[in-house]
Amino acid sequence: MSIKDEQTAALADLIACPTCDALYQNVEPQFQQRAVCTRCHTVLSAPIKGSVARIVALAIAVVVFLIAAVFLPFLRIEANGFKNASSIFDAAFSFSAAHLVVLSIAVLILILFIPMARAALLIFALSPLLLQRPPFRGAYLAFRWSEDLRPWSMAEIFVLGVGVALVKIVDLARVEVGAAFWLFSILVVFNVFQDTLLCRSSVWRALDRARNGVRND
Amino acid sequence: MIDSGIETTARQQGLVACTHCSRVWPTAATQCQRCGAKLTSRDARSLSRVWAWWMLGLICYIPANIYPMLETKLLFKVSGGTIVGGAVELFAHGAVAVALVILLASVAIPLAKFGAIAYLALSVQQGWQSNQHRRMQIYEVVEFVGRWSMIDVFVVAVLSSLVQLGSVVSISPGPASLTFALSVVCTMLAARSFDSRLIWDSIAKHDTNRDQVFKP
Repeated sequence: MSIKDEQTAALADLIACPTCDALYQNVEPQFQQRAVCTRCHTVLSAPIKGSVARIVALAIAVVVFLIAAVFLPFLRIEANGFKNASSIFDAAFSFSAAHLVVLSIAVLILILFIPMARAALLIFALSPLLLQRPPFRGAYLAFRWSEDLRPWSMAEIFVLGVGVALVKIVDLARVEVGAAFWLFSILVVFNVFQDTLLCRSSVWRALDRARNGVRND
Repeated sequence: MIDSGIETTARQQGLVACTHCSRVWPTAATQCQRCGAKLTSRDARSLSRVWAWWMLGLICYIPANIYPMLETKLLFKVSGGTIVGGAVELFAHGAVAVALVILLASVAIPLAKFGAIAYLALSVQQGWQSNQHRRMQIYEVVEFVGRWSMIDVFVVAVLSSLVQLGSVVSISPGPASLTFALSVVCTMLAARSFDSRLIWDSIAKHDTNRDQVFKP
């Protein structure tokens, strides 16, 4: 081992709080326990047993649900004999009529493409770990990107927006909610579950172990 | 380091931390060897980016309040509703609770967000010694709440795609929906540009100053 390798190995025993830069020994907490930064109280690590398998399962479900939601009816309105049905694409592209195409595309990206991309990146990065195989090349990059996308994935905000819109027009017309609406609502629950399961530092550790051929529990 | 309750920081040990995966590297490193993220011990340009996005967000927020979010066509009458106008109308109709929710989500929270980001950036630039934990909480709340302001834009999208009932009534989005969305995105980017480690450096500096003063 060269001096440089020894230094790198020594640095692997340290972690820094990403929020306040406090330096700690890299001690992995037991399952269901948490390591918290004593200075800024950021959760540094909170491993959950079997979280990788559950994260991948939820990501697969998210992809299937999103694809189904695109093709199924979303909302239907009826008033004075006039009817109109709306899909998720219609909702996103309502802006195109008023020369607000940019906004239409942005809405579509925020409620469909980014949630989809996040799920796909997680599946790509973590599924080899379930088969006790080393991660793919680019798995580290994929996981980093999926975490960067997290605040921009707005499916849950969209569902709440639909709720508010329904409250506003419920006096005006009869509204029927379609299957896609319920799929989207369940999707929000999945996303909340996934966020509580996903401990960033545990995933990095799991990726490191898989790369070095150490079994992940 | 007396008040902070920790031994040391990565920076004080001549190390640079990866904010993505928490690993530490020698200060000279520019890229994290584990996850490939760019490394900066403290992002010197962080505050200029914060102020740039902040200004842009504020500029977009002004037309978002002047122009209508929604244009409602009822029979042959077209009426545009601004955010505040819509809330006032709801007040007049007696729906006080809904009006308050709209005012809170679309006016109070965005304004508070501008104030909070400006306060955080100024506190670091001016080296204010105010409570770090308070500032950290403000930072976390701003990061968490920021994205939820997009709800207004989604409401407009759903309403205008759904309420297209021939000649009776139709709703279409107004120009404010675009500038409001831009304003939300800009404030999100402003908050994300802020390097939260700068909040905590002020105590470190403060403590070393004190050490120097009281050294025999």
